[in-house]
Amino acid sequence: MLRITLGKIIKGAKVSPKYVYITTRALSGPAKPPENVEVFIDDKPVHVPPGTTVLQAAALVGVEIPRFCYHERLAVAGNCRMCLVEVEKSPKPVAACAMPVMKGWRIKTDSELTRKAREGVMEFLLVNHPLDCPICDQGGECDLQDQSMAFGSDRSRFTDIDFSGKRAVEDKDIGPLVKTIMTRCIHCTRCIRFASEVAGVDDLGTTGRGNDMQWGALTSKPYSFTARPWEIRKIDSIDVLDAVGSNIIVSTRTGEVMRIVPRVNEEINEEWLADKSRFAYDGLKRQRLVTPMIRDNNGELKPVDWEAAILTVAKVIKCAGPSIGVIAGGMADAEVLVAAKDLLNRLGSEALCTEHTFPLDGSGTDLRSSYLLNNKIVNAEEADLVLLIGTNPRLEAPLLNTRLRKGWVHNDLDPPKLAFREQWEALAGKEYKPRPVVASIGPEVDLRYPYENLGSNPDLIKQIITGSHTFSRKFKAAKRPLIIIGSEIFERPDGAAIFAAVQTLATKSSCTDENWKVLNVLHKVASQVSLYYRLIMGGLDTPGVDKIREGNLKVLLLIGADECSINKSDLPKDCFIIYQGKLFIFNAEFGKVPFSIFHKTIKHSFLGHHGDYGASIADAILPGAAYTEKQATYVNTEGRAQETLVAVSPPGRAREDWKIIRAISEVVGAKLPYDNLNEIRDRLDQVAPHLTKYGYAEDANYFKQAEQLAQSIQGNIDNCTPLDVKIKVLEDYFMTDAISRASPTMAKCVQAVLKQKQSKY
Amino acid sequence: MSIPLKELIQLHAGDVIGGWDNLLAIIPGGSSTPLIPKKVCEEAIMDFDGLVAVQTSLGTAAIIVMNKQTDIVKAIARLIMFYKHESCGQCTPCREGVNWMNKMIYRFVDGNAKPEEIDMLWEISKQVEGHSICALGDGAAWPVQGLIRHFRPELEERMRKFNETQRAAAN
Repeated sequence: MLRITLGKIIKGAKVSPKYVYITTRALSGPAKPPENVEVFIDDKPVHVPPGTTVLQAAALVGVEIPRFCYHERLAVAGNCRMCLVEVEKSPKPVAACAMPVMKGWRIKTDSELTRKAREGVMEFLLVNHPLDCPICDQGGECDLQDQSMAFGSDRSRFTDIDFSGKRAVEDKDIGPLVKTIMTRCIHCTRCIRFASEVAGVDDLGTTGRGNDMQWGALTSKPYSFTARPWEIRKIDSIDVLDAVGSNIIVSTRTGEVMRIVPRVNEEINEEWLADKSRFAYDGLKRQRLVTPMIRDNNGELKPVDWEAAILTVAKVIKCAGPSIGVIAGGMADAEVLVAAKDLLNRLGSEALCTEHTFPLDGSGTDLRSSYLLNNKIVNAEEADLVLLIGTNPRLEAPLLNTRLRKGWVHNDLDPPKLAFREQWEALAGKEYKPRPVVASIGPEVDLRYPYENLGSNPDLIKQIITGSHTFSRKFKAAKRPLIIIGSEIFERPDGAAIFAAVQTLATKSSCTDENWKVLNVLHKVASQVSLYYRLIMGGLDTPGVDKIREGNLKVLLLIGADECSINKSDLPKDCFIIYQGKLFIFNAEFGKVPFSIFHKTIKHSFLGHHGDYGASIADAILPGAAYTEKQATYVNTEGRAQETLVAVSPPGRAREDWKIIRAISEVVGAKLPYDNLNEIRDRLDQVAPHLTKYGYAEDANYFKQAEQLAQSIQGNIDNCTPLDVKIKVLEDYFMTDAISRASPTMAKCVQAVLKQKQSKY
Repeated sequence: MSIPLKELIQLHAGDVIGGWDNLLAIIPGGSSTPLIPKKVCEEAIMDFDGLVAVQTSLGTAAIIVMNKQTDIVKAIARLIMFYKHESCGQCTPCREGVNWMNKMIYRFVDGNAKPEEIDMLWEISKQVEGHSICALGDGAAWPVQGLIRHFRPELEERMRKFNETQRAAAN
């Protein structure tokens, strides 16, 4: 097939608007753009760079040429032939997706010949396509359906069905997420190209040839037969199951989330979406907390109404005074964090903690550059060297890994000799970009592209700084190096020292581009970054739960904190615990997944293990809203604020999280000064103005200052403990938070991975 | 080059089995080019322009000669089956079109079709021709076009006979 080779040739010079944007932005050298050529699309003149395909040129003047196999983010295959168009003086119609324009071409996208060709191809595509539209999940949002209406013939002549029927292929089980309907396949090979190019998983392919060629049309398995596209409501939202902040569309019907699909955002997820983000939505309907609960004298949680719950909680908070603490979980939004923080401060406490710790030595969280993915996700594909420290981006932030892989796949393989570089760039019409060298310090994991594992000893960082390691030569030579450090590093006792070393390493690069940020932190949970803003504002807080353990707390409020970062034995005996969260996890199957704090309690009373964690943890439960149920602000690992929108209403008596805090504050007598979303957003704006600049990621700076401050850090790196990551293999990926742990689909995924491992094939 | 086809067959190739008058048709340029019946063979010149003038092509110049013993429809059907087998399946017109033509032409061998379907087969072959990535699609379309161009009465006759037998059997 033409795939890669043709794709490369075309990519060499072709430029979709997106590439123009990226390359021009990244251009530092003076690669001279070649002269544009003039072509005529339906007699409309258009000037395009040489190498632009007919299809792209047509798109520039607003003419959309029908296509099936062409996808702007995948290599060109040119095999569906739907995009055939007439070119004046050419005897045959040409495939618009694969053919670069030539000077002076007159392309006719609506001529008799073009229309005939499309009609013919359409007929051929349908000759073996079953008339399943009424029972097909794709029906109503199907390209084939739409294009056959627009370009197909108005009558059928498939007389052969009476004699030999249509081609039929047996379905194949490829796991719990994707359903194959082999007979409906039109052999566009998009899925194969996606898997091998974007995902880096060569699991899909075609077998046989000619009309016996087999592959299947793919639809969503969990979504199958649940809803029709014309009866669902679509709400733009943000994914919070990892720290990338992928843009999504939540489809709902009758107050239920039916599915989640990606929404295009070139800066973040392009048009892809990670499996967990796409398929864990069924976890939103299960194990939910639907009513407030208070633990009674017998130690049992009893449902109560909101009034009783808030009065009880407010009473204990009032009695506790400043001895109150808050632990925020991975999916807490900025609004609830600011409300909780304000409430704490009004009560005279500063103990707002995250489940994940961050060293406060050196500059701590004072400088944004110390905790953001500073170089932005989109630029990851431009790097010429990537050093991953204590992170597994494929499973912690799949879409960042996709970018890294994209750089690896698409950037140029063989470096032209320096002397010929200018000629090379002039010929190719673009700047030379070498394929990135990827190396990691940490456990060996599968990233779906080759990389060098330097080992897992933290001392390696020092070795690279001093130049005693062979990798340091490569690092020094790199013009656009990228260091990505996983947030798990900070949970080590020597996290601050390691981070200081990494900060030093980052300043040692020979990167001259001011806009290129070498140091990047990759977070794992959606709330982490916005939490750090809270900390700046308060000044004195401790990320991580250490402070909670030290302090003599009387009341502890857990905002969706489910990662067992604290347990009852850490707390004073009489501490009153309030759980305000979305989900009540009760699932004994996955022992290695950290259970919720609250869960442990239940485990103890019902199943009898985890007994050493003491008795009841949460004494009051205040049901909150999940990310599909509230309009809330989340800040992704780049520092980009985005907001979710209300797709469905919270179940039962659950309420939006910040409103619960607001309600408590009034009863406690420390009334918070905001009554509606706008007012709390104003407060957000006061705290950190970029929190309300939705969609925009403000650059962070002061790397040097942060590094200098880091020099003051006491303590040494513990070289005996190797760097590690929690999520190492695929089965660890699917169930990492309250929502995905409650999702049956994600449980099936884990089972499927384990089953696959046992398979001898 | 430029030798008359008749001379080539008669003088250099030992003539048609059963003599020139026993000739049915010739495929002058390998299996992918359209056939030409005896009447056309009389005048045809074996070069590029000469064969294009009689609506066929020099191709590989691998001449296939068929005498009157040949079942011409079956012969072409066998060629299409070959092309169907060789189609890689990558592009739509060839994958689906050749398979479709193959199904139809095997019905034509028996006459199990309606005369209108001859025009349909012609159109389908035109839909394949020139629309595929490589020239295999063209090569599969041309033999069918040659057959329809020169042996339409033969096809119609078979259909008529088939219908008669069906009707007789029904009665």
